[in-house]
Amino acid sequence: MTDTLSLAPKTSPRTLPVDDRGGPRQPMLIVEDLKKHFPIKTGGAFGGLRTSVKAVDGVNFTVAKRETLGVVGESGCGKSTMARLLSHLITPDTGSIIFDGEKVGASGGISVRDLRRQMQMVFQDSYSSLNPRLPIVDSIAFGPKANGVKGSVARARAEEILGLVGLNPRQFARRYPHQLSGGQRQRVNIARALAMEPRLVVLDEAVSALDKSVEAQVLNLLARLKEQFELTYIFISHDLNVVQYISDRVLVMYLGQVVEIGEVDELYARPSHPYTEALLSSRPSMDPARRRTEPPLAGDPPNPVNLPSGCRFRTRCALAEEVCAKVAPVLTPLPDSPTHPVACHARQPGAGHSLSPAA
Amino acid sequence: MMSRSARQAATPAPEAPAMPQNRLVTVEDLNVRFLSRDGDVSILNGVNFTLDRGEVLCLLGESGSGKSVTLRALMRLLPGNARISGRLEVDGHDIAAMKERQLRPLRGSTVAMIFQEPMTALDPVFTIGQQITETLRAHKGLSGGAARKRALELLELVQIPNAPARLKAYPHELSGGLRQRAMIALALSCDPKLLLADEPTTALDATVQIQVLLLLRELQKELGMATVFVTHDIGVACEIADRVGVMYAGRLVEGADVGRIIKEPLHPYTSALMRSTVHAGMRGQVLDSIPGAPPDLAALPPGCAFAPRCQSARSLCVQDEPGSTSLPAGRTVRCHIHGAEAAWRTSPPLAE
Ligand SMILES: Nc1ncnc2c1ncn2[C@@H]1O[C@H](COP(=O)(O)OP(=O)(O)OP(=O)(O)O)[C@@H](O)[C@H]1O
Ligand SMILES: Nc1ncnc2c1ncn2[C@@H]1O[C@H](COP(=O)(O)OP(=O)(O)O)[C@@H](O)[C@H]1O
Ligand code: SF4
Ligand code: SF4
Ligand SMILES: [Mg+2]
Ligand SMILES: [Mg+2]
Repeated sequence: MTDTLSLAPKTSPRTLPVDDRGGPRQPMLIVEDLKKHFPIKTGGAFGGLRTSVKAVDGVNFTVAKRETLGVVGESGCGKSTMARLLSHLITPDTGSIIFDGEKVGASGGISVRDLRRQMQMVFQDSYSSLNPRLPIVDSIAFGPKANGVKGSVARARAEEILGLVGLNPRQFARRYPHQLSGGQRQRVNIARALAMEPRLVVLDEAVSALDKSVEAQVLNLLARLKEQFELTYIFISHDLNVVQYISDRVLVMYLGQVVEIGEVDELYARPSHPYTEALLSSRPSMDPARRRTEPPLAGDPPNPVNLPSGCRFRTRCALAEEVCAKVAPVLTPLPDSPTHPVACHARQPGAGHSLSPAA
Repeated sequence: MMSRSARQAATPAPEAPAMPQNRLVTVEDLNVRFLSRDGDVSILNGVNFTLDRGEVLCLLGESGSGKSVTLRALMRLLPGNARISGRLEVDGHDIAAMKERQLRPLRGSTVAMIFQEPMTALDPVFTIGQQITETLRAHKGLSGGAARKRALELLELVQIPNAPARLKAYPHELSGGLRQRAMIALALSCDPKLLLADEPTTALDATVQIQVLLLLRELQKELGMATVFVTHDIGVACEIADRVGVMYAGRLVEGADVGRIIKEPLHPYTSALMRSTVHAGMRGQVLDSIPGAPPDLAALPPGCAFAPRCQSARSLCVQDEPGSTSLPAGRTVRCHIHGAEAAWRTSPPLAE
């Protein structure tokens, strides 16, 4: 490997001791019944009808310490909204978030301010997340300074972290965002998140805008930093190959809900929700002699304002039956795989679908 | 489908073509420079390719390698500070020599363009129906009624569900995938012979991307339309390309049938690009990223532009710029290993 990043000094990764309160078995994050409905107005004579987009609608999952949880799903299914809910950038309507055993925002729990230090976000648009008028070293030092770290200390630390993400501080520290390539800017964003010494990093399409060779550099960087800083990742992406590469477990969303969660190898080998199956077989074939001939999923997702009854996927599901319109399936472990929950009647014993396994 | 005579009426008939019957595009020694106060920058340095009618060429390469500039040069859609030289022929028209006034009727009729961000092509204040109808009336001289009927057909052609209702929708009321299809419908409205597509599926999720790719492939076959398709995703090229052109630092460094490029890349940059792409089954491995960064186009190194990052570089490579070598099966490659092979082999390795 001639990757410049591996030349970075292996300095002590953290200045603060990791405050691992709950111990290794306590999940980093427990999300229970998280909901966010955005109120919207639809056209109409008397000021319109008040309805809502159910962007995130009752989401439950856990993330273990030092795990990478991949999140996939159709555009608009609520992935970014969920990411912003997790760090309370927007306030959930209902539900609770438990960070290392401490409930967020509850009395006796962890404050939103402390949560935001320990949980950092990296977004796709590396440009808009950096202040164009600040040299990047100051952008990186900004967060720690706002948290009370002395200016000179924060800045020295920022330079060190620039080195860690493979940008020589002597060459890059004083540069402005527009003087960097997309891949370099994305590394600055990662550096900025790391400067806060987070324990959980939420990456929302963080490599999606990068070229393949730069993407490879940033993915290698993320893997190395994860080891070095003992990080936990939530990794949101449209690129199913990248998600498979980086994740330990994968969560699949459809229209505001989780439809399947599984350990990555099992989920990719045995996708069990019809949507997951369609999603995975939508990957380009990588063999021009064996091109796809039919799109695995036809049509468009239903209007999120006016959702179908029962199972939200039934309007596009090849397996849909009567029960699917009547009863909303609940996320339930597969009978032969307790760590692989799926929300589909056809996979649940006694759910009343002709394909339901015997109870 | 549009009648042929309607098209003839809308675009001037080409002068007697002096090229093979099914040759649609010829690009020879295309150079593009951008002028600026800090000095001129050569962005394209001698790009050559041809495209037959109905053929799909994918341009692959890193960002900044000149894919979009190549595409835009084909229709002279570059900003005012751009200087183009070389031969550019599309459907018998000498694009490089034409006046702006003569080019305008070609754009959107003989040649149409689609982009990554459909909002750059769609006007937010008009409905999808209004925009397609207006284009049909302006370019094809259709009456209002005929244009509306055709607009509906086009939305159905691009598989927009519930097409009559969607004609009345504004662009922002459509999902990303539908918007992309509306833009394709608009681009197809004048029955183009050449479609220029700049990363039209890069922003879409996997299920919608494959829908749009299959749709483009179907339309392209059905309409006999040639396509130049810019992407940085090899998987996308596998799904849609007949031929692939790989760009690096403003040059086409390799050209071949898509199957051959995938199975047996010849240029070291092409191989490195493939190795760095994340495939299924690479979990836990350190990815083989290409060291270093693409060169600054304002200060290209002498010799091969890829040399500073190339594991096979030798002294020859930093002295002489490799020319293009033609190989069997219509392959071309710009690399000393495949050109002056003996010279490359006997050239001393680079000192550290
Ligand atoms: N502030 C808001 N007001 C109204 N609706 C919103 C708002 N923010 C998001 N939405 C809607 O919520 C849904 C989920 O959006 P979100 O951005 O979370 O999707 P996503 O899964 O991240 O999509 P993508 O893959 O395209 O990034 C969408 O239907 C979106 O239009
Ligand atoms: N209007 C312009 N003025 C100056 N340079 C430009 C202009 N447009 C593009 N470039 C430069 O031309 C090079 C190639 O750009 P482009 O063709 O867009 O690359 P890509 O291969 O990513 O599509 C880049 O270095 C870019 O910065
Ligand atoms: S519950 Fe029914 S409609 Fe929903 S995914 Fe399963 S089979 Fe399809
Ligand atoms: S010419 Fe030399 S440096 Fe350039 S790609 Fe070929 S071997 Fe590498
Ligand atoms: Mg998003
Ligand atoms: Mg481009």
